[in-house]
Amino acid sequence: MLDTDEMNYILEVRALTKRYQDHLAVNALNLGVRPGICFGLLGPNGAGKTTTLEMIEGILPPTSGVILYQGEPVGASFKQEVGIQFQSTALPEKIQVGEVLELFSAFYHRKADLQELRKLCDLDEFWDRDATELSGGQRQRLLLALALVNDPHIIFLDEPTTGLDPAARRNFWELVKLVRSRGKTIVLTTHYMEEAYELCDEIAILDRGVVIAQGSPNKLLQDHFQGLSICIPKAGHTEEALIPLQQKHIGTAQVFEREDAFEVLTSEPDVTMRILLDKKIPLDGIQIRTKNLDDLFLKLTGKGVSS
Amino acid sequence: MKKFIALVVARSKEYYRDRTMLVWTFAFPFVVLLGFAYGYAGKSDPVLKVGFYPSRAAFSESLKDFLSISQIQFIDYSDEGLALGRVRRHQLDLLIQHSPAPGGSQVVYTLNPETDRASLAERLLKSSAPPGQVLERQALTGKKIRYVDWLVPGLMSMNLMFSSLFGVGYVIVRYRKNGVLKRMRATPLSAFEFLSAQVVSRMLLLLITSSLTLFGAMLLIGFRIQGSYFSLMAFIAICSTSLISIGLLVASRISSEEVADGVLNLMTWPMIFLSGIWFSLDGASPWVVAISKCLPLTHIVNGMRAILIEGQRLQSLVPEMLGLSVTAAILIAVGSAIFKWR
Repeated sequence: MLDTDEMNYILEVRALTKRYQDHLAVNALNLGVRPGICFGLLGPNGAGKTTTLEMIEGILPPTSGVILYQGEPVGASFKQEVGIQFQSTALPEKIQVGEVLELFSAFYHRKADLQELRKLCDLDEFWDRDATELSGGQRQRLLLALALVNDPHIIFLDEPTTGLDPAARRNFWELVKLVRSRGKTIVLTTHYMEEAYELCDEIAILDRGVVIAQGSPNKLLQDHFQGLSICIPKAGHTEEALIPLQQKHIGTAQVFEREDAFEVLTSEPDVTMRILLDKKIPLDGIQIRTKNLDDLFLKLTGKGVSS
Repeated sequence: MKKFIALVVARSKEYYRDRTMLVWTFAFPFVVLLGFAYGYAGKSDPVLKVGFYPSRAAFSESLKDFLSISQIQFIDYSDEGLALGRVRRHQLDLLIQHSPAPGGSQVVYTLNPETDRASLAERLLKSSAPPGQVLERQALTGKKIRYVDWLVPGLMSMNLMFSSLFGVGYVIVRYRKNGVLKRMRATPLSAFEFLSAQVVSRMLLLLITSSLTLFGAMLLIGFRIQGSYFSLMAFIAICSTSLISIGLLVASRISSEEVADGVLNLMTWPMIFLSGIWFSLDGASPWVVAISKCLPLTHIVNGMRAILIEGQRLQSLVPEMLGLSVTAAILIAVGSAIFKWR
């Protein structure tokens, strides 16, 4: 899966493996992350995303394999270079937001300007509040700021928007884009395909501890899907009217029967639409869309995103 | 160093902003102290106490009748200085010693003539001694120590123990369970830096809380410190470091608050009863005394009493301080080595 031009990678893992007794969590995984991009690590629950991330971060020791930072094996100084936001974390109690940032800033040689971080992450309104008494969105903004206190070259974000409402999630995306625009490399794991599509320049899909696909989201979609998806709902139509769809093909288009609809995949939408009209298939309520990362994920892993 | 100072400051803020914990830490010793001050006011031990140095066995023939008086509690002392201190402070009515002359047959006894109980014990000794037995009387003076005064160093020690073991050990286990430690692990912070900051922040807080407890005892019950305040603070710094290091070792790998609670309770309760906080272990079974000597709190309580009540200088406590310091250094090193961040 690795690019041939390895010199371009800021971060690279080779044959990274994590075994827990009889369970192989990560199996000889290879990855390369180019500098300045947002790299997404996707996969169903138990695919090994967090384990991979924590091995790279130095939180978990790998069973075997190599992790390279700027071409060199990572050492003790690696933690000075990276910023980390865990999937779930807690902070010391009774400490205010500004104080938490000052505390973590003291752990590093290189320090970001805290007032600048305050503005960047929009922490103004709760700067003096107890860090354990924030809303979900505020908390994630603080945790991102914590990941930035050392002005890191690479930032690891492990499912940073899980549990946030849509508005807070979109605010967080804007923040991540802002950080990336400053030349930072971001490695992100997420359950949300929309988030991966919105933020990531490149993604790797993990399943059972191995990478099963890697590339830019659009390139992967092009490689795996051609044309459009036409969804015809079952509700509101008689069975007779939908009989033609029970064939597996309509012209060159493939037909899949879903629980509540028929899905027609076509690379010639004009032709297919004409055939559907000719066969008098009712088109009210149809949805026409291009394939997205959810579809790709489903196709590659055989599982829904939330599984 | 910056990391260390930042952690000490953060942990201290976390502590003093926790109002419930703060009130409990300060209120608990005072509540106990006042309870004992009023509960035991004016009461005295109905049984006479007579000590023997080094053992009553040597007097089994010469003082046979005296030793058969059931209303007297007889206690053997292996430390003559300790026994004389008890006589001086009216805690022991009479001390019977071997004759200072080699092979001499006379019995030497020491008493504090300021107490009626000592006179009564002396009269019983004389009346029960066989005819011709030479009794040599020695006297010393000293003010009576109230039970509540004797209790102050013990309560301060107990507060040190609870605050050190639970305030650090329990907190680290909670940090591990809720993920604070994992977040710290992601930074360049080392286990030793993290743990030593916990030790120092708690030790500084204990110096403050101990001082406030002491001044409170002076105001509320008229307690008077006999030794130097600075000696006391130095001794408390070493004691708390030693006790905190025990808490750190317990917390170095446990990730369940329930388990930590059980282990810490298992450690603290025997110390509460066997370290001489509430009552003197003079005259207790040898095995109780042997266990007591193995408990760090016993040495801490004794040291605190030595400074606060007997007015001893720090130099006289060098063996205790050395033992506690070495224990702390070993436990912190082992705790750092086996420390588990998650």
